[in-house]
Amino acid sequence: MTGRFRGWGVTIYSIVVFAILLVPIGYTVLFSFNDAKRTNIIWRGFTLDNWTGICDDARVCGAFGASILVGVVATVFACALGTAIAIALVRFRFRFRNALTILLFLPMATPEIVLGAGLSSQLVNLGIEKNLVTVIAAHVMFCISFVVVTVRARAASLDPSLEEAGRDLYGSPAQVFWRVTFPLLLPGIVAAALLSFALSFDDFIITNFVSGSAETLPKYIYIAAARGIPPQANVFASLIFFLAIAAVIAVELAGAARRKRLLRAG
Amino acid sequence: MSAFDDAGADLELRQITKTFPGFTAIEQLDLTIPAGSFFALLGPSGCGKTTTLRLVAGLEEPTTGRVLIGGRDVTATKPHERPVNTVFQSYALFPHMTVQGNVEFGLRRRGVKDAGARALEALKLVQLDHLAARRPSQLSGGQQQRVALARAIVNRPALLLLDEPLGALDLKLRREMQLELKAIQAEVGLTFLHVTHDQEEAMTMADTVAVMNRGRIEQMGSPQELYELPRTLFVANFLGQSNLLTGDVVATSGANTVVEVGGVRLSIPTARMQRTSGAVTVGVRPEKLLLLTEEPKAKRGVNLLGPARVTDVSFTGVSTQYQVEFPENSALPGMSVFAQNLVFGAVVNPGAEVWLSWSVDHGFGLADAAEPGSSFAAAEADDTSVAVAAGES
Repeated sequence: MTGRFRGWGVTIYSIVVFAILLVPIGYTVLFSFNDAKRTNIIWRGFTLDNWTGICDDARVCGAFGASILVGVVATVFACALGTAIAIALVRFRFRFRNALTILLFLPMATPEIVLGAGLSSQLVNLGIEKNLVTVIAAHVMFCISFVVVTVRARAASLDPSLEEAGRDLYGSPAQVFWRVTFPLLLPGIVAAALLSFALSFDDFIITNFVSGSAETLPKYIYIAAARGIPPQANVFASLIFFLAIAAVIAVELAGAARRKRLLRAG
Repeated sequence: MSAFDDAGADLELRQITKTFPGFTAIEQLDLTIPAGSFFALLGPSGCGKTTTLRLVAGLEEPTTGRVLIGGRDVTATKPHERPVNTVFQSYALFPHMTVQGNVEFGLRRRGVKDAGARALEALKLVQLDHLAARRPSQLSGGQQQRVALARAIVNRPALLLLDEPLGALDLKLRREMQLELKAIQAEVGLTFLHVTHDQEEAMTMADTVAVMNRGRIEQMGSPQELYELPRTLFVANFLGQSNLLTGDVVATSGANTVVEVGGVRLSIPTARMQRTSGAVTVGVRPEKLLLLTEEPKAKRGVNLLGPARVTDVSFTGVSTQYQVEFPENSALPGMSVFAQNLVFGAVVNPGAEVWLSWSVDHGFGLADAAEPGSSFAAAEADDTSVAVAAGES
């Protein structure tokens, strides 16, 4: 009796959890097909107009483009700088190494609202105009910490004699980095890049403080929410959701295929 | 850089000192390894042998001193500019490349044309050409070891450095690989510099062995020379076992020097003694001793100790090891005797009264004196190495 009851309990619990998780996503996707007139709150009928006319609302499209731009540029910078820091922290002993490690963790531990307010007043003090450049700089700042943590874990697990073997086998420092170190760190760097893009793309709090009149998608949606969010925003949200799911499935399939290939070869 | 001398090149270390913060790894080391030889650096963990190897490879810089390869000073050059390749202790195979890719790596960095064909040839030499397409993670330990070897020798370096290359293999495989390595060395004719803490491995494989201790070379020579005529306490105990006795030189008669230990006079060939005055430590290898159940007549050319009591008998297959003590002469330390098993079982049992004798020719005298109380110090290489094998720097 208890066994069956426990089984039911788990099932109901799971359904409730997944429902709570999935309902907002389902709502977003569903209402991207809503034939919204002024507000996208009440279902008025099915239409594909929102998807075909994805850039009909120029502000949504512009904000989306800005978010992609900020995300990509910030990720590239954060990954390049963060990987270099991670390698230095793992491979070399130098003064203030521990102090640096603590400093790197600070942006992760500090509330975003504090960071954002602090950055904002600094920019005003220095007389720097707030635009997408300041947004990118701010995003690089908080993404670096996550990149360092992710890549450092990978770098620490690498046998230092692999790089020594590369040097021993006539590899110049640059060749050893690109042919040995970088490929071996790549899984860590890719994970770090995905993480920083995700963090950058949906950051609202810090962005709001340092963007001035520039608009990213989260900022646009926040502002638009007061008047009514256009259905195109739902289209972008659904698009991102499906792209993310597709990416996860692709990675899984590629991994399974590789395992199969290795098994056959072995 | 393109064509290396096929017979390898001389390696010369001149007055090398290497200090790390807090300790000195190598002190004033002078070493010349002739081209084409199989040279072993033997010593316990932390003796500086791996540091020496890394200095030659260029992975460490000497604090003072110079490294010459084939007469050329390479002290200031980077690892990738030296005609030297290393087989690492952990093999250090690149996990993201195939076996073939690993072996080709060095050739490609130097822009060698037929890298693929040469790599396959090297893999054939180690009998792994059929696994060229695999990843290192799909190979066994012994196979990985051979890939690491192929990856190094394919470059025909002037000098091949082997850093405890067989340490991770089990005993049987290690024996096989020892013979294989030696055969490959004979075939390719390169200069091999092999670093190991395994005295048996060093003796089986190398033409010349240098025993290293605390950053210095204690003694260098052929394996037989080192074993039969150790010059220092460390060598006498690190390379096999020794029965050591400390006493005063009392006379020199003809070719022999007489040393008195606990009232017993022992003759040692003067030519086999490092010092011939004052207090000296003399020794004899356990297998050179004869175990006698009756007191023999004194004979010229034979040293005799006894009566002694057998305290322990251990059967090891080809031989039996006896421990004896001298209850009637407290000045004599306990001794160890290895007797070949010519009959079934032990010749005597614990408690039996025995006499020990050995030919005068087999004795040797050391340069340094044993510390009191530790005159019987049988240190087997494996005991000292296993504990700190990973801590070598």
